[in-house]
Amino acid sequence: MKKTISKSTWMTLLCTAALLVLVVLLENVLDPNKNIMVFTALKKGAVYALVAVSMNLLNGFTGLFSLGQAGFMLLGAYTYAILTIPVSQRDAVYYIYNGSAVNFSLPELLGGGAFGLVLGVVLALILGGCAAAAVAWLIGLPVLRLKSDYLAIATLGFGEIIRAVFQWDKLGPVTNGANALKNFPTFSSFNIQNAGGETVLRLSTFTAFLLAGICIAVIVLLINSTYGRSFKAIRDDEVAAEAMGINLSKHKRLAFVISSFFAGVGGGMFAMFANQAQAKTFTTAMTYEILLIVVIGGIGSVSGSCIAAFLYVAASEWWLRFLDAETFVGGFKVPLLRNGFRMVVFSVVIMIVVLFFRRGIMGDKELPDLFKKRRKEKAK
Amino acid sequence: MQYAISILLSGVSLGGQYALIAIGYTMVYGILRLINFAHGDVFMVAGLMMVYLTASLPLAASIPLVLVLTVLLGFIIERAAYKPLREAPRMSVMISAIGVSYLLQNLATYVTGGLPKMYPEIPGISATITIAGAPTKVVTIVTPILVLVLVLALTQLIHHTKVGMAMRAVAKDFETAQLMGIRINAVISVTFVIGSFLAAVGSVLYFTNYQSIVPLSGSLPGLRAFVAAVFGGIGSIPGAVVGAFIIGLSESVIKGSSWSIFSDAFTFALLIIILVVKPTGLFGEKVTDKV
Amino acid sequence: MKKVFAMLLTLAMVLSLAACGGGSQPSGGSSDGGSGSSGGSGGDKVVRIGVFEPATGDSGAGGKQEMLGMQYANKETPSVVIGGETYSVELVYADNASDASKAPTAASQLVSQDVSLVLGTYGSGCAIAGGPVFGEAGLAAIGVTCTNPGVTAGNDYYFRICFLDPFQGTVLANFAQEKFSAKKAYLLGELGNDYDQGLLNYFEQAFDGECVKDSFPPNTSDFSTYLNKAVAEGVDVIFCPVSIAYSTQIVKLAASMNLDIPILGSDTLDSNKVLDAAKGSDVQIYVSTFYQEGGSPEFDEGIKAWLAEDSTAMTNNGGDDTIAAVTAMGYDAYYVALEALKAAGSPDKAAVKAALPSLSYTGVSGDIAFDEVGDAIRDTAYIKTADNAAGAWTLETVQTAK
Repeated sequence: MKKTISKSTWMTLLCTAALLVLVVLLENVLDPNKNIMVFTALKKGAVYALVAVSMNLLNGFTGLFSLGQAGFMLLGAYTYAILTIPVSQRDAVYYIYNGSAVNFSLPELLGGGAFGLVLGVVLALILGGCAAAAVAWLIGLPVLRLKSDYLAIATLGFGEIIRAVFQWDKLGPVTNGANALKNFPTFSSFNIQNAGGETVLRLSTFTAFLLAGICIAVIVLLINSTYGRSFKAIRDDEVAAEAMGINLSKHKRLAFVISSFFAGVGGGMFAMFANQAQAKTFTTAMTYEILLIVVIGGIGSVSGSCIAAFLYVAASEWWLRFLDAETFVGGFKVPLLRNGFRMVVFSVVIMIVVLFFRRGIMGDKELPDLFKKRRKEKAK
Repeated sequence: MQYAISILLSGVSLGGQYALIAIGYTMVYGILRLINFAHGDVFMVAGLMMVYLTASLPLAASIPLVLVLTVLLGFIIERAAYKPLREAPRMSVMISAIGVSYLLQNLATYVTGGLPKMYPEIPGISATITIAGAPTKVVTIVTPILVLVLVLALTQLIHHTKVGMAMRAVAKDFETAQLMGIRINAVISVTFVIGSFLAAVGSVLYFTNYQSIVPLSGSLPGLRAFVAAVFGGIGSIPGAVVGAFIIGLSESVIKGSSWSIFSDAFTFALLIIILVVKPTGLFGEKVTDKV
Repeated sequence: MKKVFAMLLTLAMVLSLAACGGGSQPSGGSSDGGSGSSGGSGGDKVVRIGVFEPATGDSGAGGKQEMLGMQYANKETPSVVIGGETYSVELVYADNASDASKAPTAASQLVSQDVSLVLGTYGSGCAIAGGPVFGEAGLAAIGVTCTNPGVTAGNDYYFRICFLDPFQGTVLANFAQEKFSAKKAYLLGELGNDYDQGLLNYFEQAFDGECVKDSFPPNTSDFSTYLNKAVAEGVDVIFCPVSIAYSTQIVKLAASMNLDIPILGSDTLDSNKVLDAAKGSDVQIYVSTFYQEGGSPEFDEGIKAWLAEDSTAMTNNGGDDTIAAVTAMGYDAYYVALEALKAAGSPDKAAVKAALPSLSYTGVSGDIAFDEVGDAIRDTAYIKTADNAAGAWTLETVQTAK
């Protein structure tokens, strides 16, 4: 038994490594401009995959229905941005407030250069996660006593409060008020350039995948640990779980804090993707988007969330875009097609999934489970 | 003084409009234990229908038509999106509600082309009057009166008719009521019909006051109304009304102070405090498994 | 029942995959699915200009009016001679939905479609989010009405043809003091909107008097408290540089309560929706803007005739033929783009980018040239006031920064 587990672990690791290599290869072989949609969708997909998995940890594995994800992402994004904007850029970014109250930048503090950049970014992301986790711990004290929909609405409200606080102009020297934070290192900063300023090795998509991959791997390990089993026990039956000696409030808070930590890291990565961090992008609508990804992927399936994240991003922002354009086939104007139709079709598809394919793409299975099943069937 | 009165007036009229939406939330929650996230959007769609109908029909015809169509919309949403999930976990139903809300908003964006629409003037209640020096619209005065009348009618319906009795029974105990031979689906439909009707009335009052409609117009009043319903004790109709007036007034007062940017944040902070300190709200019945 | 839905879903999936096949061939013909395309069919050679504008979301109305200018210009001049050869110009659209989180993908969409340069966007937030994508691809972008300093600062590839927030805020503050001898002003903006907050800030800095500042949360529709507060504070002017959706509500409310305090607005208020809202009332509205109708009679007549015959364009303009300043700016932006293509001598994006900094052009909204940051060198703003009887804008004054 033990052997098979390690075998499948190896397989998963191998597949992940192969995927990463493939991403690097693709990014450097394909024309970066003609195929930019592929890479943009992949980057956003990777970020959303991480956030969706973090939400799934809470909603799918622990059974706590929280809608505060965008708020925690905001915390992560702002922490990351504030800590990494180069000192020389701060006056330009905080132009309304005549400079920033935070006058250091982690990548520069750590010696600058490639080493400082990597370490600084990673550290800033982790600190972003910690900021989200710390706030989650605080609001978890009162809020986690609530159940299902009350918890949902309370966390939703929390997201709105956080947004208002970050937009408050009294905090401007730190948060830049309503203005976007920008000019911090993004995924593209990881493309390696030669002395002439030409890009020799493109690693931007790889960076997104690597960061998201590591975080998701940690979550998977957590889910497969004793803690993960306790979470699932709480989801399935709180009373029974408590009777089995699981400390309910401790485990709930743990799940909430960990989920928020990774949402915070995801928020930092989102800022890297979007090239800016601005409070008004982290709306309830964003939380809903992520929730729908979790549902489409299957509540309680990590690999489902990942697949759904890529599908969702690609479908809503790339493949279905043609629905927004007025199109003529021959001399005939295709009816209905105009701005906004894409999102209508998209939301209808989502409703169909929610109503008729409630288990989503993966149900609560994982990708390796599917292979195992097939192998078993073959063995029969 | 004049300023204080104007704040009071706008608080009262806001409260009245929230009350009409909040009743829809509280009734649905009382029976299905579902936060109907789409309710605020039904309210917005009712406003949009009014805009499009008055473009081709006289006002006298379009108001009743809007009421009927909104009721129909509420009914269809319940049948299409919630009924198939009756046996499913509560989380699925809530996700379905979020999906419906998403769909309605996107549909509204598509139909309006993303442009804000102007709500038609309704003679009589759109006129401006001056109360103690503070200019306001007639609708501000009409709203609380209409709310009281409607709520009285509703409580009569709930306490003195057969349908009302069935609704109370279902709200008390879903399964037992079913075993007692109450036609659950009919009762639920009636709930949605009443909720949507009140939302449609609310939308007429609300948009006569604040005339511009965008696809997101419904989401914020919807959330505030929900907070009001929780504040008053979810499941309780008088509670929802009182809660709505309190939320409306406090929102208005905060907007009038120098803390105006936190008016939304305050509403939600209030929600969290209420949920933590007194989950049953002001008038809610004590049921242990609710929160 | 379930099977039917399963089949429907599969069908939808297949369709979307097919669309992906179409969309992932950016170099393909003009019939590919990923882009909305319009344009002449003069020559065989086609040069593409990307239109990076919101068609939905809270800036949708403004974005549409800005696109109208480009569409009209494209209709007027559908081809351009580049390096001795005639190219027909095709506009390629990408809707950024007024959402900074959707802007990078919309920008990528344009990059993948091989455009020579990009115009847009209405709303600085999206421009800031999309800018680095263009920069990385080596694609020049010309901001049409994004007035935030952050758009061009630190981005070599972003240019713009309009004035900036600091300028606009200062101009309006000066105007308030000169015209109304204002001592006290009420400033109102949307919470978290960089455009509103930036302008409020510059107004406050330039205004020599007391300022009462307020912000309302997004999606607010009840402005009565705010306006009543302004009345109670006894201010001389109200400054509310908010987006069109909010400004119509504020003006409408001001009209219904017979507000006698003048309302000052920025370029966003220069919209026929605002005129509609104020029509027949006594509200005084003054806006600073890029263009005043009548500035170029030829352009005015031409676009009005076009709006009259094209019903979709009319709807996008808000249902009548009042020309918004952003439309004039979109029109000018299109011609600046053509000039850049001509000067570059090839549709190659690197050549276009190299040609832009030294370009100068005289459009309907005035002279356009770029400074070293890539911003337009402009020192005049038109201040218009609403004529509520006629429902039209009249020119109040031409204000320059001091």
